Amino acid sequence: MRRVPLWLTFVFLYVPIVVVVVMSFNAGDSPFNWSGFSLKWYGELAADEQIRTGLGNTLIVAAGSTALSTVLGTLLAVGLARHTRSKLLDAIATLPVILPDIVLAIGLLAFYALVQLTLGLYSVLLAHAVFGTAAVAAVVRTRLATTDPSLEEASRDLGANGFTTFWRITLPSLAPGVVAGALLAFTLSIDEFVIAFFTAGPQSPTLPIVIYSMVRFGVTPEINALATVLLAVTFTAILAVQRLTRLAGTR
Amino acid sequence: MRRLGERFTLLGPGLAYLTALMVVPLVLVLSYSIFQRGRFGGLVHEPTGENFARLFDPLYLDVLVTSVKLAGVTTVLALLLGYPTAYAITKLPPKWKTVALIALVLPFWTNFLIRTYAWIVLLSPAGLVNDALTGWGLIDEPLQLLYRRPAIVAGLLYAYLPLMVLPLCAALERMDDELLEAAANLGARPARAFLSVTLPLSLPAVITGCVFVFVPSIGNFVVPELLGGGQTAMVGNLVRDQFLKARDWPFGATLALAVVAMLVVLLMLQAWSARRLQGGRDA
Repeated sequence: MRRVPLWLTFVFLYVPIVVVVVMSFNAGDSPFNWSGFSLKWYGELAADEQIRTGLGNTLIVAAGSTALSTVLGTLLAVGLARHTRSKLLDAIATLPVILPDIVLAIGLLAFYALVQLTLGLYSVLLAHAVFGTAAVAAVVRTRLATTDPSLEEASRDLGANGFTTFWRITLPSLAPGVVAGALLAFTLSIDEFVIAFFTAGPQSPTLPIVIYSMVRFGVTPEINALATVLLAVTFTAILAVQRLTRLAGTR
Repeated sequence: MRRLGERFTLLGPGLAYLTALMVVPLVLVLSYSIFQRGRFGGLVHEPTGENFARLFDPLYLDVLVTSVKLAGVTTVLALLLGYPTAYAITKLPPKWKTVALIALVLPFWTNFLIRTYAWIVLLSPAGLVNDALTGWGLIDEPLQLLYRRPAIVAGLLYAYLPLMVLPLCAALERMDDELLEAAANLGARPARAFLSVTLPLSLPAVITGCVFVFVPSIGNFVVPELLGGGQTAMVGNLVRDQFLKARDWPFGATLALAVVAMLVVLLMLQAWSARRLQGGRDA
Protein backbone atom coordinates (compact mmCIF):
# COMPACT_ATOMS: atom_id res chain seq x y z
CA MET A 1 0.00 0.00 0.00
CA ARG A 2 2.79 2.33 0.94
CA ARG A 3 4.31 2.00 -2.52
CA VAL A 4 1.18 3.03 -4.42
CA PRO A 5 2.19 6.70 -4.67
CA LEU A 6 5.63 5.60 -5.84
CA TRP A 7 4.17 3.60 -8.71
CA LEU A 8 1.73 6.40 -9.50
CA THR A 9 4.64 8.86 -9.76
CA PHE A 10 6.65 6.60 -12.05
CA VAL A 11 3.66 5.86 -14.29
CA PHE A 12 3.02 9.60 -14.50
CA LEU A 13 6.69 10.31 -15.31
CA TYR A 14 7.26 7.55 -17.85
CA VAL A 15 4.00 7.03 -19.77
CA PRO A 16 4.42 10.26 -21.79
CA ILE A 17 8.01 9.34 -22.62
CA VAL A 18 7.11 5.80 -23.68
CA VAL A 19 4.27 7.07 -25.88
CA VAL A 20 6.55 9.59 -27.59
CA VAL A 21 9.25 6.99 -28.21
CA VAL A 22 6.82 4.32 -29.52
CA MET A 23 5.12 6.79 -31.86
CA SER A 24 8.49 7.81 -33.35
CA PHE A 25 8.48 4.44 -35.12
CA ASN A 26 5.05 5.05 -36.62
CA ALA A 27 4.71 4.52 -40.37
CA GLY A 28 1.78 6.96 -40.62
CA ASP A 29 1.76 10.76 -40.54
CA SER A 30 0.18 11.07 -37.14
CA PRO A 31 1.89 10.94 -33.76
CA PHE A 32 -1.42 9.60 -32.35
CA ASN A 33 -2.58 6.65 -34.48
CA TRP A 34 -0.35 3.64 -34.89
CA SER A 35 -0.21 2.32 -38.46
CA GLY A 36 2.81 0.05 -38.57
CA PHE A 37 6.52 0.11 -37.84
CA SER A 38 8.87 2.30 -39.86
CA LEU A 39 12.09 4.24 -39.48
CA LYS A 40 11.05 6.82 -42.04
CA TRP A 41 10.80 9.68 -39.52
CA TYR A 42 14.42 9.11 -38.53
CA GLY A 43 15.28 9.49 -42.22
CA GLU A 44 13.28 12.73 -42.39
CA LEU A 45 15.06 13.90 -39.26
CA ALA A 46 18.52 13.20 -40.66
CA ALA A 47 17.63 15.13 -43.82
CA ASP A 48 16.17 18.13 -42.00
CA GLU A 49 18.40 21.12 -42.71
CA GLN A 50 16.85 23.27 -39.94
CA ILE A 51 17.49 20.65 -37.30
CA ARG A 52 21.04 20.09 -38.44
CA THR A 53 21.76 23.82 -38.22
CA GLY A 54 20.14 23.96 -34.78
CA LEU A 55 22.10 20.96 -33.58
CA GLY A 56 25.36 22.46 -34.84
CA ASN A 57 24.63 25.76 -33.07
CA THR A 58 23.68 23.96 -29.87
CA LEU A 59 26.89 21.95 -29.85
CA ILE A 60 29.01 25.09 -30.42
CA VAL A 61 27.24 26.90 -27.59
CA ALA A 62 27.39 23.90 -25.25
CA ALA A 63 31.07 23.18 -25.93
CA GLY A 64 32.12 26.83 -25.61
CA SER A 65 30.09 27.61 -22.52
CA THR A 66 31.17 24.34 -20.88
CA ALA A 67 34.86 25.13 -21.46
CA LEU A 68 34.41 28.62 -19.99
CA SER A 69 32.27 27.39 -17.09
CA THR A 70 34.66 24.58 -16.19
CA VAL A 71 37.62 26.94 -15.79
CA LEU A 72 35.69 29.68 -14.00
CA GLY A 73 33.64 27.28 -11.87
CA THR A 74 36.58 25.16 -10.71
CA LEU A 75 38.66 28.19 -9.66
CA LEU A 76 35.63 29.70 -7.97
CA ALA A 77 34.87 26.51 -6.05
CA VAL A 78 38.42 26.24 -4.70
CA GLY A 79 38.45 29.93 -3.85
CA LEU A 80 35.11 29.79 -2.05
CA ALA A 81 35.98 26.65 -0.12
CA ARG A 82 39.51 27.55 0.91
CA HIS A 83 39.91 31.31 0.82
CA THR A 84 36.78 33.04 2.02
CA ARG A 85 33.84 32.75 4.38
CA SER A 86 31.85 35.55 2.75
CA LYS A 87 28.11 34.78 2.62
CA LEU A 88 27.69 37.36 -0.14
CA LEU A 89 30.16 35.64 -2.47
CA ASP A 90 28.45 32.33 -1.68
CA ALA A 91 25.11 33.85 -2.61
CA ILE A 92 26.42 35.22 -5.91
CA ALA A 93 27.79 31.80 -6.82
CA THR A 94 24.48 30.02 -6.11
CA LEU A 95 22.05 32.68 -7.37
CA PRO A 96 22.01 31.44 -11.01
CA VAL A 97 20.60 28.14 -9.75
CA ILE A 98 17.51 29.59 -8.06
CA LEU A 99 16.91 32.65 -10.24
CA PRO A 100 13.92 32.14 -12.59
CA ASP A 101 15.39 31.72 -16.08
CA ILE A 102 13.15 34.39 -17.58
CA VAL A 103 14.54 37.02 -15.19
CA LEU A 104 18.14 36.22 -16.14
CA ALA A 105 17.07 36.12 -19.80
CA ILE A 106 15.61 39.64 -19.88
CA GLY A 107 18.48 40.95 -17.76
CA LEU A 108 21.00 39.62 -20.26
CA LEU A 109 18.97 40.98 -23.17
CA ALA A 110 19.03 44.42 -21.53
CA PHE A 111 22.75 44.05 -20.79
CA TYR A 112 23.61 43.11 -24.39
CA ALA A 113 21.56 46.09 -25.60
CA LEU A 114 23.48 48.34 -23.21
CA VAL A 115 26.94 47.19 -24.33
CA GLN A 116 25.69 46.98 -27.93
CA LEU A 117 26.64 43.37 -28.48
CA THR A 118 24.93 42.05 -31.59
CA LEU A 119 22.89 38.97 -30.74
CA GLY A 120 24.25 35.79 -32.29
CA LEU A 121 25.73 32.57 -31.02
CA TYR A 122 28.30 34.33 -28.83
CA SER A 123 25.57 35.99 -26.81
CA VAL A 124 23.99 32.60 -26.02
CA LEU A 125 27.37 31.04 -25.23
CA LEU A 126 28.26 33.81 -22.76
CA ALA A 127 24.79 33.60 -21.19
CA HIS A 128 24.96 29.84 -20.74
CA ALA A 129 28.33 30.15 -19.01
CA VAL A 130 26.54 32.04 -16.20
CA PHE A 131 24.54 29.05 -14.93
CA GLY A 132 27.29 26.70 -16.15
CA THR A 133 29.84 28.34 -13.85
CA ALA A 134 27.44 28.07 -10.91
CA ALA A 135 26.77 24.39 -11.70
CA VAL A 136 30.46 23.46 -12.00
CA ALA A 137 31.28 25.39 -8.82
CA ALA A 138 28.52 23.56 -6.90
CA VAL A 139 29.63 20.09 -8.04
CA VAL A 140 33.33 20.76 -7.45
CA ARG A 141 32.58 22.07 -3.96
CA THR A 142 30.86 18.85 -2.95
CA ARG A 143 33.99 17.04 -4.12
CA LEU A 144 36.22 19.50 -2.21
CA ALA A 145 34.33 18.74 0.97
CA THR A 146 35.57 15.14 0.80
CA THR A 147 39.21 15.91 -0.01
CA ASP A 148 41.82 16.38 2.66
CA PRO A 149 43.27 19.94 2.87
CA SER A 150 46.30 18.64 4.78
CA LEU A 151 47.80 17.37 1.51
CA GLU A 152 47.78 20.93 0.20
CA GLU A 153 49.31 22.19 3.43
CA ALA A 154 52.02 19.53 3.21
CA SER A 155 52.79 20.60 -0.34
CA ARG A 156 53.20 24.20 0.82
CA ASP A 157 55.33 23.23 3.80
CA LEU A 158 57.64 21.40 1.37
CA GLY A 159 58.10 24.69 -0.46
CA ALA A 160 55.72 24.40 -3.44
CA ASN A 161 54.18 27.70 -4.49
CA GLY A 162 50.42 28.27 -4.83
CA PHE A 163 50.32 27.44 -8.51
CA THR A 164 52.29 24.19 -8.18
CA THR A 165 50.14 23.10 -5.25
CA PHE A 166 46.95 23.83 -7.19
CA TRP A 167 48.20 22.11 -10.35
CA ARG A 168 49.82 19.03 -8.79
CA ILE A 169 47.73 18.43 -5.66
CA THR A 170 44.36 20.20 -5.64
CA LEU A 171 43.34 19.72 -9.27
CA PRO A 172 44.14 16.00 -9.62
CA SER A 173 42.19 15.19 -6.47
CA LEU A 174 39.26 17.23 -7.82
CA ALA A 175 39.34 15.69 -11.31
CA PRO A 176 36.24 13.46 -11.02
CA GLY A 177 34.26 16.41 -9.67
CA VAL A 178 35.49 18.70 -12.44
CA VAL A 179 34.49 16.17 -15.12
CA ALA A 180 31.07 15.62 -13.51
CA GLY A 181 30.58 19.40 -13.27
CA ALA A 182 31.56 19.88 -16.91
CA LEU A 183 29.12 17.18 -18.04
CA LEU A 184 26.40 18.82 -15.98
CA ALA A 185 27.11 22.24 -17.53
CA PHE A 186 27.09 20.65 -21.00
CA THR A 187 23.74 18.91 -20.44
CA LEU A 188 22.19 22.06 -18.97
CA SER A 189 23.33 24.09 -21.97
CA ILE A 190 22.07 21.58 -24.55
CA ASP A 191 18.60 21.63 -22.97
CA GLU A 192 18.34 25.31 -22.21
CA PHE A 193 15.58 27.14 -24.04
CA VAL A 194 14.36 30.32 -22.35
CA ILE A 195 17.69 32.18 -22.10
CA ALA A 196 18.67 31.07 -25.62
CA PHE A 197 15.28 32.23 -26.91
CA PHE A 198 15.93 35.75 -25.60
CA THR A 199 19.62 36.05 -26.41
CA ALA A 200 20.08 34.19 -29.72
CA GLY A 201 20.32 36.16 -32.94
CA PRO A 202 17.58 35.47 -35.53
CA GLN A 203 20.12 33.72 -37.78
CA SER A 204 21.46 31.43 -35.08
CA PRO A 205 18.71 29.37 -33.45
CA THR A 206 19.80 26.60 -31.09
CA LEU A 207 18.13 23.18 -31.26
CA PRO A 208 15.56 23.91 -28.51
CA ILE A 209 14.52 27.05 -30.41
CA VAL A 210 14.07 24.94 -33.57
CA ILE A 211 12.01 22.39 -31.59
CA TYR A 212 9.90 25.21 -30.15
CA SER A 213 9.00 26.55 -33.58
CA MET A 214 8.32 23.01 -34.87
CA VAL A 215 5.98 22.22 -31.97
CA ARG A 216 4.19 25.53 -32.38
CA PHE A 217 3.73 24.86 -36.06
CA GLY A 218 2.17 21.45 -35.54
CA VAL A 219 2.85 17.93 -34.37
CA THR A 220 4.55 15.35 -36.61
CA PRO A 221 6.29 12.05 -35.78
CA GLU A 222 9.52 13.73 -36.85
CA ILE A 223 9.46 15.55 -33.49
CA ASN A 224 8.95 12.15 -31.81
CA ALA A 225 12.01 10.80 -33.62
CA LEU A 226 14.05 13.82 -32.53
CA ALA A 227 12.77 13.39 -28.98
CA THR A 228 13.82 9.74 -28.97
CA VAL A 229 17.34 10.56 -30.14
CA LEU A 230 17.66 13.32 -27.51
CA LEU A 231 16.31 10.99 -24.82
CA ALA A 232 18.89 8.35 -25.71
CA VAL A 233 21.70 10.94 -25.59
CA THR A 234 20.69 12.52 -22.27
CA PHE A 235 19.96 9.17 -20.59
CA THR A 236 23.46 7.98 -21.54
CA ALA A 237 25.07 11.23 -20.39
CA ILE A 238 23.25 11.22 -17.05
CA LEU A 239 24.13 7.61 -16.34
CA ALA A 240 27.77 8.47 -17.12
CA VAL A 241 27.66 11.44 -14.72
CA GLN A 242 26.08 9.20 -12.11
CA ARG A 243 28.93 6.70 -12.40
CA LEU A 244 31.56 9.45 -12.25
CA THR A 245 29.98 11.08 -9.23
CA ARG A 246 29.84 7.72 -7.50
CA LEU A 247 33.50 7.16 -8.33
CA ALA A 248 34.22 10.65 -7.05
CA GLY A 249 32.43 9.87 -3.82
CA THR A 250 34.07 6.53 -3.11
CA ARG A 251 37.65 7.17 -4.01
CA MET B 1 50.62 38.68 0.63
CA ARG B 2 51.00 35.51 -1.40
CA ARG B 3 47.69 34.23 -0.03
CA LEU B 4 46.04 37.44 -1.14
CA GLY B 5 47.28 37.03 -4.70
CA GLU B 6 46.12 33.42 -4.72
CA ARG B 7 42.69 34.34 -3.45
CA PHE B 8 42.40 36.95 -6.15
CA THR B 9 43.40 34.50 -8.91
CA LEU B 10 40.94 31.87 -7.72
CA LEU B 11 37.92 34.02 -6.91
CA GLY B 12 38.52 36.93 -9.28
CA PRO B 13 37.65 35.52 -12.72
CA GLY B 14 34.46 33.70 -11.72
CA LEU B 15 33.11 36.51 -9.58
CA ALA B 16 33.96 39.13 -12.20
CA TYR B 17 32.10 37.06 -14.78
CA LEU B 18 29.03 36.51 -12.62
CA THR B 19 29.01 40.19 -11.67
CA ALA B 20 29.15 41.36 -15.28
CA LEU B 21 26.64 38.87 -16.68
CA MET B 22 24.30 38.38 -13.75
CA VAL B 23 24.51 41.09 -11.10
CA VAL B 24 24.71 43.95 -13.61
CA PRO B 25 21.81 42.53 -15.70
CA LEU B 26 19.70 42.20 -12.55
CA VAL B 27 20.48 45.79 -11.59
CA LEU B 28 19.46 46.79 -15.13
CA VAL B 29 16.10 45.01 -14.75
CA LEU B 30 15.63 46.79 -11.44
CA SER B 31 16.44 50.19 -12.94
CA TYR B 32 14.25 49.61 -16.00
CA SER B 33 11.25 49.20 -13.75
CA ILE B 34 11.40 52.81 -12.59
CA PHE B 35 11.79 54.29 -16.06
CA GLN B 36 9.25 54.95 -18.79
CA ARG B 37 9.03 53.64 -22.25
CA GLY B 38 9.96 56.19 -24.89
CA ARG B 39 7.68 56.79 -27.83
CA PHE B 40 9.72 54.58 -30.15
CA GLY B 41 10.47 51.81 -27.68
CA GLY B 42 13.49 53.53 -26.17
CA LEU B 43 13.91 54.57 -22.58
CA VAL B 44 13.00 57.83 -20.89
CA HIS B 45 15.31 58.31 -17.93
CA GLU B 46 12.78 59.89 -15.63
CA PRO B 47 11.87 57.94 -12.52
CA THR B 48 8.24 56.92 -12.34
CA GLY B 49 6.02 54.66 -10.28
CA GLU B 50 3.75 54.13 -13.25
CA ASN B 51 4.97 50.63 -14.06
CA PHE B 52 4.24 49.42 -10.58
CA ALA B 53 0.81 51.05 -10.66
CA ARG B 54 0.08 49.19 -13.89
CA LEU B 55 0.57 45.88 -12.11
CA PHE B 56 -2.76 46.61 -10.41
CA ASP B 57 -4.56 47.32 -13.66
CA PRO B 58 -7.35 44.63 -13.65
CA LEU B 59 -6.08 43.33 -16.99
CA TYR B 60 -2.61 42.52 -15.63
CA LEU B 61 -3.70 41.80 -12.07
CA ASP B 62 -5.94 39.06 -13.48
CA VAL B 63 -2.96 37.44 -15.22
CA LEU B 64 -0.88 37.65 -12.04
CA VAL B 65 -3.67 36.09 -9.97
CA THR B 66 -4.20 33.33 -12.56
CA SER B 67 -0.47 32.61 -12.56
CA VAL B 68 -0.35 32.37 -8.76
CA LYS B 69 -3.39 30.07 -8.82
CA LEU B 70 -2.03 27.75 -11.51
CA ALA B 71 1.45 27.61 -9.98
CA GLY B 72 -0.16 27.17 -6.53
CA VAL B 73 -2.37 24.26 -7.63
CA THR B 74 0.66 22.67 -9.32
CA THR B 75 2.67 23.03 -6.10
CA VAL B 76 -0.09 21.52 -3.92
CA LEU B 77 -0.53 18.56 -6.30
CA ALA B 78 3.25 18.07 -6.40
CA LEU B 79 3.30 17.99 -2.60
CA LEU B 80 0.36 15.56 -2.35
CA LEU B 81 1.96 13.17 -4.82
CA GLY B 82 5.59 13.93 -3.97
CA TYR B 83 5.50 13.52 -0.18
CA PRO B 84 4.22 9.92 -0.11
CA THR B 85 6.51 9.12 -3.04
CA ALA B 86 9.56 10.46 -1.21
CA TYR B 87 8.46 8.60 1.93
CA ALA B 88 8.15 5.33 -0.03
CA ILE B 89 11.56 5.86 -1.68
CA THR B 90 13.35 6.29 1.66
CA LYS B 91 11.80 3.03 2.89
CA LEU B 92 13.14 1.05 -0.10
CA PRO B 93 16.14 -1.27 0.28
CA PRO B 94 19.38 0.68 -0.48
CA LYS B 95 19.92 -0.79 -3.94
CA TRP B 96 16.40 0.03 -5.12
CA LYS B 97 16.63 3.44 -3.52
CA THR B 98 19.45 4.39 -5.90
CA VAL B 99 17.53 3.01 -8.86
CA ALA B 100 14.39 4.93 -7.85
CA LEU B 101 16.31 8.18 -7.43
CA ILE B 102 17.97 7.86 -10.84
CA ALA B 103 14.64 6.95 -12.45
CA LEU B 104 13.15 10.01 -10.79
CA VAL B 105 15.66 12.48 -12.25
CA LEU B 106 16.06 10.92 -15.71
CA PRO B 107 12.91 12.48 -17.23
CA PHE B 108 13.89 15.74 -15.60
CA TRP B 109 17.04 15.87 -17.70
CA THR B 110 15.29 15.41 -21.01
CA ASN B 111 14.54 18.43 -23.08
CA PHE B 112 11.85 20.55 -21.50
CA LEU B 113 10.10 21.24 -24.82
CA ILE B 114 10.02 17.54 -25.64
CA ARG B 115 8.42 16.80 -22.28
CA THR B 116 5.79 19.44 -22.95
CA TYR B 117 5.27 18.11 -26.46
CA ALA B 118 4.59 14.65 -24.98
CA TRP B 119 1.54 16.09 -23.27
CA ILE B 120 0.19 17.48 -26.55
CA VAL B 121 0.43 13.94 -27.91
CA LEU B 122 -1.27 12.51 -24.81
CA LEU B 123 -4.08 15.03 -24.40
CA SER B 124 -5.07 15.81 -27.98
CA PRO B 125 -8.54 14.63 -29.15
CA ALA B 126 -6.98 11.62 -30.92
CA GLY B 127 -4.43 11.08 -28.14
CA LEU B 128 -3.89 8.23 -25.71
CA VAL B 129 -5.98 9.62 -22.85
CA ASN B 130 -9.07 10.15 -25.01
CA ASP B 131 -8.48 6.80 -26.71
CA ALA B 132 -8.40 5.04 -23.37
CA LEU B 133 -11.50 6.83 -22.09
CA THR B 134 -13.56 6.04 -25.21
CA GLY B 135 -12.14 2.52 -25.38
CA TRP B 136 -13.32 1.80 -21.84
CA GLY B 137 -16.70 3.27 -22.76
CA LEU B 138 -16.39 6.05 -20.20
CA ILE B 139 -17.08 8.76 -22.77
CA ASP B 140 -18.64 8.76 -26.24
CA GLU B 141 -16.97 11.80 -27.71
CA PRO B 142 -13.32 12.77 -27.24
CA LEU B 143 -12.99 15.40 -24.52
CA GLN B 144 -11.35 18.74 -25.12
CA LEU B 145 -8.43 18.26 -22.74
CA LEU B 146 -5.83 20.33 -24.47
CA TYR B 147 -5.84 24.13 -24.37
CA ARG B 148 -7.55 24.19 -20.98
CA ARG B 149 -6.14 25.16 -17.59
CA PRO B 150 -5.85 21.58 -16.27
CA ALA B 151 -3.58 20.83 -19.23
CA ILE B 152 -1.27 23.64 -18.07
CA VAL B 153 -1.23 22.24 -14.53
CA ALA B 154 -0.49 18.74 -15.89
CA GLY B 155 2.42 20.08 -17.96
CA LEU B 156 3.88 22.08 -15.05
CA LEU B 157 3.45 19.19 -12.62
CA TYR B 158 5.15 16.86 -15.06
CA ALA B 159 8.02 19.27 -15.51
CA TYR B 160 8.75 20.00 -11.85
CA LEU B 161 7.54 17.06 -9.72
CA PRO B 162 11.09 15.67 -9.21
CA LEU B 163 12.09 19.03 -7.70
CA MET B 164 9.55 18.39 -4.93
CA VAL B 165 10.52 14.76 -4.33
CA LEU B 166 14.31 15.24 -4.13
CA PRO B 167 14.56 17.63 -1.13
CA LEU B 168 11.88 15.60 0.67
CA CYS B 169 13.88 12.39 0.11
CA ALA B 170 16.98 14.07 1.52
CA ALA B 171 15.13 15.28 4.63
CA LEU B 172 13.25 12.02 5.30
CA GLU B 173 16.44 10.07 4.81
CA ARG B 174 18.24 12.09 7.46
CA MET B 175 15.43 11.67 9.93
CA ASP B 176 16.35 9.96 13.15
CA ASP B 177 14.41 6.69 13.50
CA GLU B 178 15.01 6.77 17.23
CA LEU B 179 12.64 9.71 17.52
CA LEU B 180 9.87 7.63 15.95
CA GLU B 181 10.72 4.69 18.22
CA ALA B 182 10.56 7.01 21.21
CA ALA B 183 7.15 8.22 20.04
CA ALA B 184 5.98 4.62 19.68
CA ASN B 185 7.34 3.69 23.10
CA LEU B 186 5.43 6.60 24.59
CA GLY B 187 2.29 5.10 23.13
CA ALA B 188 1.83 7.13 19.94
CA ARG B 189 0.12 5.35 17.07
CA PRO B 190 1.98 5.51 13.71
CA ALA B 191 -0.38 8.19 12.37
CA ARG B 192 0.07 10.31 15.47
CA ALA B 193 3.86 9.82 15.41
CA PHE B 194 3.90 10.89 11.77
CA LEU B 195 1.87 14.03 12.48
CA SER B 196 3.83 15.14 15.55
CA VAL B 197 7.34 13.97 14.67
CA THR B 198 7.97 13.23 10.98
CA LEU B 199 5.87 15.99 9.45
CA PRO B 200 7.15 18.91 11.58
CA LEU B 201 10.75 17.77 11.12
CA SER B 202 10.35 17.64 7.34
CA LEU B 203 8.64 21.03 7.15
CA PRO B 204 11.73 22.96 5.91
CA ALA B 205 12.12 20.41 3.10
CA VAL B 206 8.42 20.74 2.28
CA ILE B 207 8.87 24.48 1.91
CA THR B 208 12.07 24.00 -0.14
CA GLY B 209 10.22 21.64 -2.48
CA CYS B 210 7.34 24.11 -2.78
CA VAL B 211 9.77 26.91 -3.70
CA PHE B 212 11.47 24.66 -6.27
CA VAL B 213 8.11 23.87 -7.92
CA PHE B 214 6.33 27.19 -7.53
CA VAL B 215 9.10 29.49 -8.79
CA PRO B 216 9.79 27.88 -12.19
CA SER B 217 6.05 27.23 -12.64
CA ILE B 218 5.07 30.85 -12.25
CA GLY B 219 7.79 32.14 -14.57
CA ASN B 220 7.03 29.55 -17.27
CA PHE B 221 5.74 30.76 -20.60
CA VAL B 222 6.24 27.64 -22.73
CA VAL B 223 3.71 25.37 -21.03
CA PRO B 224 0.89 27.96 -20.99
CA GLU B 225 1.54 28.68 -24.64
CA LEU B 226 1.83 25.11 -25.94
CA LEU B 227 -0.70 23.39 -23.65
CA GLY B 228 -2.91 26.37 -22.82
CA GLY B 229 -3.25 27.32 -26.45
CA GLY B 230 -2.55 30.97 -25.71
CA GLN B 231 -6.00 31.32 -24.11
CA THR B 232 -4.67 31.45 -20.59
CA ALA B 233 -1.66 33.70 -20.41
CA MET B 234 0.58 33.52 -17.38
CA VAL B 235 2.92 36.24 -16.18
CA GLY B 236 5.82 34.64 -18.10
CA ASN B 237 3.92 35.12 -21.36
CA LEU B 238 3.34 38.78 -20.47
CA VAL B 239 7.04 39.34 -19.75
CA ARG B 240 7.99 37.69 -23.04
CA ASP B 241 5.47 39.79 -24.97
CA GLN B 242 6.55 43.04 -23.33
CA PHE B 243 10.16 42.36 -24.29
CA LEU B 244 9.83 40.78 -27.71
CA LYS B 245 6.53 42.11 -29.10
CA ALA B 246 5.26 45.24 -27.37
CA ARG B 247 8.82 46.50 -26.80
CA ASP B 248 7.79 47.92 -23.46
CA TRP B 249 10.88 46.84 -21.55
CA PRO B 250 10.20 48.91 -18.40
CA PHE B 251 6.84 47.23 -17.83
CA GLY B 252 8.22 43.80 -18.74
CA ALA B 253 11.00 44.31 -16.19
CA THR B 254 8.42 45.33 -13.56
CA LEU B 255 6.40 42.16 -14.20
CA ALA B 256 9.57 40.08 -13.84
CA LEU B 257 10.31 41.85 -10.56
CA ALA B 258 6.87 40.82 -9.30
CA VAL B 259 8.00 37.21 -9.86
CA VAL B 260 11.30 37.89 -8.09
CA ALA B 261 9.40 39.47 -5.17
CA MET B 262 7.40 36.25 -4.75
CA LEU B 263 10.65 34.27 -4.85
CA VAL B 264 12.16 36.45 -2.13
CA VAL B 265 9.11 36.06 0.13
CA LEU B 266 9.22 32.28 -0.31
CA LEU B 267 12.95 32.13 0.40
CA MET B 268 12.45 34.16 3.57
CA LEU B 269 9.71 31.76 4.63
CA GLN B 270 12.06 28.87 3.97
CA ALA B 271 14.89 30.42 6.00
CA TRP B 272 12.46 31.18 8.82
CA SER B 273 11.15 27.61 8.99
CA ALA B 274 14.66 26.14 8.93
CA ARG B 275 15.73 28.51 11.71
CA ARG B 276 12.66 27.70 13.78
CA LEU B 277 13.39 23.99 13.51
CA GLN B 278 17.00 24.60 14.50
CA GLY B 279 15.91 26.68 17.48
CA GLY B 280 13.53 23.93 18.57
CA ARG B 281 16.37 21.43 18.51
CA ASP B 282 18.67 23.57 20.59
CA ALA B 283 16.04 24.22 23.25
